Amino acid sequence: MKVMAQMSMVMNLDKCIGCHTCSVTCKQAWTNRTGTEYVWFNNVETRPGLGYPRTYEDQDTWQGGWVRTKRGKLKLRAGGRAKKLASIFANPKLPSIHDYYEPWTYEYDMLLSAPAGEHTPVAKPKSLLTGDDMSIQWSANWDDDLGGSTATMQDDPILKHMSEHVAEELEQTFMFYLPRICEHCLNPSCVASCPSGAMYKRVEDGIVLVDQDQCRGWRMCVTGCPYKKVYFNHKTGKAEKCTLCYPRIEVGLPTVCSETCVGRLRYLGLVLYDADKVGAAAATEAEEDLLAAQRAVFLDPNDPEVVAAARREGIPDDWITAAQRSPIWKLIHDYEVALPLHPEYRTLPMVWYIPPLSPVVDVVASSGNDGEDGRTLFAAISQLRIPLEYLAGLFTAGDTGPVERVLRRLAAMRSGMREVNLGREFPEEHAAAVGMTGDQVQEMYRLLAIAKYEERYVIPTAHTEVARELEEMACSLDFEGGPGMGGSGPFGTSSGQPTPVAVENFHALAARQTADSPHTPSSPSRVNLLNWDGRGRPSGLFPPDDGGGQDAGGPGTLPGGRQDATNEEPGGFEGSAR
Amino acid sequence: MGLTNATADQIVLWVVVPYVTFAVLVVGSIWRYRYDKFGWTTRSSELYEKRLLRWGSPMFHFGLLFVVLGHFLGLVIPKSWTEAVGISEPQYHFVATWMGSIAALVAVAGLLILIYRRRATGPVFLATTKTDKLMYVFLAGSLLSGAWATVQTQVIASGHGYDYRETISPWFRSLWYLQPEPALMAGVPAAFQVHITVAMLLFALWPFTRLVHAFSAPVQYPFRPYVVYRSREASVTSRAPRPGWDPTSTPPR
Repeated sequence: MKVMAQMSMVMNLDKCIGCHTCSVTCKQAWTNRTGTEYVWFNNVETRPGLGYPRTYEDQDTWQGGWVRTKRGKLKLRAGGRAKKLASIFANPKLPSIHDYYEPWTYEYDMLLSAPAGEHTPVAKPKSLLTGDDMSIQWSANWDDDLGGSTATMQDDPILKHMSEHVAEELEQTFMFYLPRICEHCLNPSCVASCPSGAMYKRVEDGIVLVDQDQCRGWRMCVTGCPYKKVYFNHKTGKAEKCTLCYPRIEVGLPTVCSETCVGRLRYLGLVLYDADKVGAAAATEAEEDLLAAQRAVFLDPNDPEVVAAARREGIPDDWITAAQRSPIWKLIHDYEVALPLHPEYRTLPMVWYIPPLSPVVDVVASSGNDGEDGRTLFAAISQLRIPLEYLAGLFTAGDTGPVERVLRRLAAMRSGMREVNLGREFPEEHAAAVGMTGDQVQEMYRLLAIAKYEERYVIPTAHTEVARELEEMACSLDFEGGPGMGGSGPFGTSSGQPTPVAVENFHALAARQTADSPHTPSSPSRVNLLNWDGRGRPSGLFPPDDGGGQDAGGPGTLPGGRQDATNEEPGGFEGSAR
Repeated sequence: MGLTNATADQIVLWVVVPYVTFAVLVVGSIWRYRYDKFGWTTRSSELYEKRLLRWGSPMFHFGLLFVVLGHFLGLVIPKSWTEAVGISEPQYHFVATWMGSIAALVAVAGLLILIYRRRATGPVFLATTKTDKLMYVFLAGSLLSGAWATVQTQVIASGHGYDYRETISPWFRSLWYLQPEPALMAGVPAAFQVHITVAMLLFALWPFTRLVHAFSAPVQYPFRPYVVYRSREASVTSRAPRPGWDPTSTPPR
């Protein structure tokens, strides 16, 4: 037994309102840079829907994850090591930018700097790849809230595996949101695909990262990841992915997406697992058995033998305590309501989901029945095959059994807690019907509904016995090669050494004070009035004077007659008619 | 022998320049690796365009691998060795010329596709730096001059063609023995002289271009375990911010 700790996440899909706050805050924190415009470490998909990038779950096309060979060995679906090296010059299974979307901005500057004219100026969309005008065709959440509409339904890879008539009826049936980050898998196929060995799984907390200094841009990880959560930065030529906000996790803070989640639906905590069993579990023969196999890899942190083994492996005591208090362990093991996303990819993903009961409740309620009555809900769960099969397609490789058990537990909790709210006893028979006790169900209710920050995020801090923070105190200028200053280095974008923080801040500040907008201004000579010291008359203080004011309206067209501004006017401001 | 019977310009061109090139290549690569690990990448543009790259890139790279193999056989393996194992000069010439010509044809065709793609595809052209353009000149120059030298002196020429294994190959090896013999290059056809000179300039340029990705060919990949584990201590070394944090903007046009 080799005990390892894994920082993992559970998301309660019943509480997701699809507000995209997680995506936006993640993007602001990590991918608001050139080259990562299309990169969403966190995205929220409407299901049924196509996902991001479009149809990424269709592994017949994209060839992500692992397959089990006839001899029971695991093999990368896109091909073994020899095939990887043979296709290194052009990766045939790499999604192109159009499978994500062409990133764009708007020409906002036109709204302010357009010369006076007959028509209201507009901010046209401009491609961030070419700088040309473009027509927007798709984006990271283009099919938001379209769940199962005929516009996208026929292309949903999960629905394609279900029968035809199911898809026909689906439009009436249900819709839910699926927030996705990197799964930080126990058996990561992206790491296995990396020819350079630049991707790795951290020993301490299992976070999967890309070593930016070692990545050589072979792009095999993008193909290898079945969730398409490794992205290629097209400016730096390096792979980037969700880091589980490791700088925050290391100091005991939750990830940005968790911290800012409006519905408070995310949970973070440790899971202990036996690293020796990972390979065998991932190579389980039947896809439906992978869920049980992955559960068998986990180790009970309350088992004295496991604790002793963990200590032998050097896992610190506060980490073992955190594993015992982990909300993830409770949701996965004690209450058994969390399920992995696509276990059939055989990567043993470690971001799990509590499937939503709301589609069932909605159907029951819209049919005029009581959506919180236990018996009605139980009956509806076993009758509403379509949501059940769809959820099974996402979370259990098509086996509806575990999904049904989870939904019945959630239904028992929902109906039981209504009784409690109405001042009655918790109906033990409902709890017993789902294999729990009333107290257990109420504990689960507490964790799912009212758990506070410290209960939802149980994150032990990393042990930095080395005083790393002292490094910052060293002189920030004594480094080889001189400041890189960001932007284009001597060998293309972002080459050169990392810039120490003080120098970087200075130049970022300077750039911010002299830049007007995130895209190229329509008139490059514009002056930022916020930085203008009020003296003299720098060129570009006024918009360009096209045609000498003859065709764009004479004096008096605008109050103040800005169209009359001429460049020949001598002597600065004094005496100027303005 | 040695430098005594060589003219001054022979010494400059076939002794000084090769050694300087070699020094620039080695020292430059080490310096670049130390200074610029982050910029050491293929800078693939496959995300922008796949249709042309899918043909052009494998043709160019595989063609080039065979070209490199051919250069190794021709320059490094002495003529006496191949004759010792019973390969006569006409046999060698026939195989080398035809295999080399096919490899060169594939590589040149691939390069033409890639250059066309680079110019014609908007985002790819915008991602092309000045260094890239300079590198393309010397890369295409080496390839084309080498292909022309083969065609002119081996394919078109009568008989068994020019036997570079009597002149160029011994000169090349003499550089490695540190007993350079520039006089061997005296009678070499101009096409070969041009090819060698352009190639030396390309090698001098090498460390400062994206060509460095050739040095990180992932030869160790087949021999390592699939899943790599690393300890946090080893991976986190500095709190200095990384490059690649520039704000989004439309490329300048």
